[in-house]
Amino acid sequence: MKDVLLIKYGELALKGENRSFFENTLVKNIKYALRDFDGVKVEKTHGRIYVECEKNVEEAIERLKKVFGIVGITRAKEADLDLEEIFKAAVDLMKSHQGKTFKVETKRPNKAFPYNSMEISRRVGAAVLKNVKNMKVDVHNPDVLLNVEIREKAFLYAGVIEGAGGLPLGTNGKATVLLSGGIDSPVAAWMMMKRGVEVEAVYFHSPPYTSDRAKEKVVDLCKVLSQYGRGMRLHVVHFTDLQLEIYEKCPARLTTIIMRRMMMKIAEKIAQQNGSLALITGESLGQVASQTIESLYVTNSSVSLPVFRPLIGMDKREIIDIAQKIGTYEISIRPYEDCCTIFVPKHPATKPKLEKVLEAEEKMDYQKFIDNFEEEVIEI
Amino acid sequence: MEVYLDNSATTKVRKEVIDKMLEVLEEEYGNPSSLHRKGYQAEKLLKEARENVTCLIGGRPEGIIFTSGGTESNNLALIGVAESLKKKGNHIISSTIEHPSILNVLKFLEENGFEVTYLEVDKKGRVHPEDVKSAINDKTILISIMAVNNEIGTIEPIGEIGTIAREKGILFHVDAVQAAGKVEVDVKKQKLDMVSLSAHKIHGPKGVGALYLSEEVRIRPIIFGGGQEKNIRSGTENMPGIVGFGVASRLAKESLEEVSQKLMGLKKRLWEGISSEIKDVHLNGPEVEEGAPHILNVSFRGVRGEVLLHALEEEGIYVSTGSACSSKKRGGSHVLKAIGLKGDLLEGAIRFSLGIFNTEEDIDYTVDILKKKVDFLRRFKRR
Repeated sequence: MKDVLLIKYGELALKGENRSFFENTLVKNIKYALRDFDGVKVEKTHGRIYVECEKNVEEAIERLKKVFGIVGITRAKEADLDLEEIFKAAVDLMKSHQGKTFKVETKRPNKAFPYNSMEISRRVGAAVLKNVKNMKVDVHNPDVLLNVEIREKAFLYAGVIEGAGGLPLGTNGKATVLLSGGIDSPVAAWMMMKRGVEVEAVYFHSPPYTSDRAKEKVVDLCKVLSQYGRGMRLHVVHFTDLQLEIYEKCPARLTTIIMRRMMMKIAEKIAQQNGSLALITGESLGQVASQTIESLYVTNSSVSLPVFRPLIGMDKREIIDIAQKIGTYEISIRPYEDCCTIFVPKHPATKPKLEKVLEAEEKMDYQKFIDNFEEEVIEI
Repeated sequence: MEVYLDNSATTKVRKEVIDKMLEVLEEEYGNPSSLHRKGYQAEKLLKEARENVTCLIGGRPEGIIFTSGGTESNNLALIGVAESLKKKGNHIISSTIEHPSILNVLKFLEENGFEVTYLEVDKKGRVHPEDVKSAINDKTILISIMAVNNEIGTIEPIGEIGTIAREKGILFHVDAVQAAGKVEVDVKKQKLDMVSLSAHKIHGPKGVGALYLSEEVRIRPIIFGGGQEKNIRSGTENMPGIVGFGVASRLAKESLEEVSQKLMGLKKRLWEGISSEIKDVHLNGPEVEEGAPHILNVSFRGVRGEVLLHALEEEGIYVSTGSACSSKKRGGSHVLKAIGLKGDLLEGAIRFSLGIFNTEEDIDYTVDILKKKVDFLRRFKRR
């Protein structure tokens, strides 16, 4: 008898011919998440992944809760196909549960086992009643549902720990996220990672208007996000010169929207170099002047890659809830200014016209900045 | 080139201090409370340190209570007196420009039934002794005024206030964290009952300070335990820190005259450079020669302090906006607001604070870089 973790993955099973690619990627990601654990075995059979983990099971579960593609994690006992062994496992398992009433449910995909489901349930129930004090049967509304699965071995478990859901990271290509250090963009990155997208991040650094601490904040955000994947690459783009060019050459009302277009253009260039097929932003419709539908149209027109905006229909409260859940919120609210806020004009245009913006951009030589931007690449 | 002009935030530890601290860490590591010889050796070091620190402010060595720093000393002084004298009265007098480790303790005491009068200061940051006098009532148990303001360098008239307090029989506490080693602090002459000190502002280590108590003062402890420091501050003594503090204090006392002259010379040079080279600058606080010799607070109109700070940092010059303690908060410094600064003068304030390791070359380099950076940043004023 030994302890194993049963990994359930829902959506993957529907993916037809690609199924094994998704499963193999998930196995790879699980192995990566537990790479520094001793004696870990990850096995895939019949629509299930089994993780054997000798030590630090609690910590392993915490890590697995951050692996996308996992719907549920179950702590189970694996027993040989022998009734006595199964009873022992059942008693062991039930002793660790708080409830007072229970019910046994058995599945028997392995029809070679000589007892049928009903009979197994009945016998296991009797063993528990005999050996676990103060435990009663309640078939209608039990505190604990004891599951017994008869496969090539017997697996017994009670209760499922919810996983992160989504699709295994790396099964949906790559995209580049514009990370500001605020609350929204890390959540946007996380949501796309959840759909299996591998992510690289771009941060625009404007010293002396933004400080080392503002940069450090973004590095820390990437560290949190990287726990959901396999490390992360962060491009820190030196943005001051272009920002000052915009300030000097463009009308005040349009500086914010033009700045955002320039950021998109630089991010697109980085995306094309790293094999990304989309950009990700944390924009949410109507949140600020640069996120009105007119502004988004103008920003969007600066690039040809698709732009994913997973937060577009979300309220601030909903975004904050996710940020708190995934662990980026506390970092995002550190009080250091990012480059988006430093030159904000008093009255930014909320309904910019694309022709006017293009006309204003003509007045500066932005291409030379975009062709020769300086960046620092940080591997996280 | 590295030019450190943030000595009011903290200072570089002197070599002599480090050497003595290493000796304590490596060899004289005993606990002064131990009965054996190792303990006795440590106790002797502790006694010597007490004498060294006393020389900085006069008075009796037995009056020195070692603490974890200026903040703890201020907490202990205020809460300790409030607790021990609450039967006598519940009124405390202080000023609007004290350090947060005074103001936030007072806020706590107000929540617990005490009444506090916060004296306003004039445009130079000065508390007026007459205001102190007229704020006193029959419930007043304590007056707490800083000796030197940490943001603008105003030297407060603690001698005059000390005389008033003594006449009325009211305890007088002085936060001398920024004053020690730079301007005169003398518990006898100025009639001070309690004085807060910190080691790391005078080239000693962080994490150690002291509260001086004159003979008459009885205070309740805020930390309870094994009864060290005359039962006023329990906990095994931070021996390396205390010994280092002692050495730093003695050196500071020995060189007080020379250092304050040197720093005043550098400060004048800095202000002359800034005011002649850069347009539209504003001196915050007292006239240069009236203030403490090491603190100069200047606003550069149209430039945000924080941006200028980072621009100077690019060239190896380290300064502060407001004070280090308040610079991470938004909304501007309470001290600058108290002396009437508003708008872009408030946002554009930079504190230069000098130390013994600064040179004339540092100052000239700083003026040079300041001129370039301010000119550049003014082109991109927020509109």
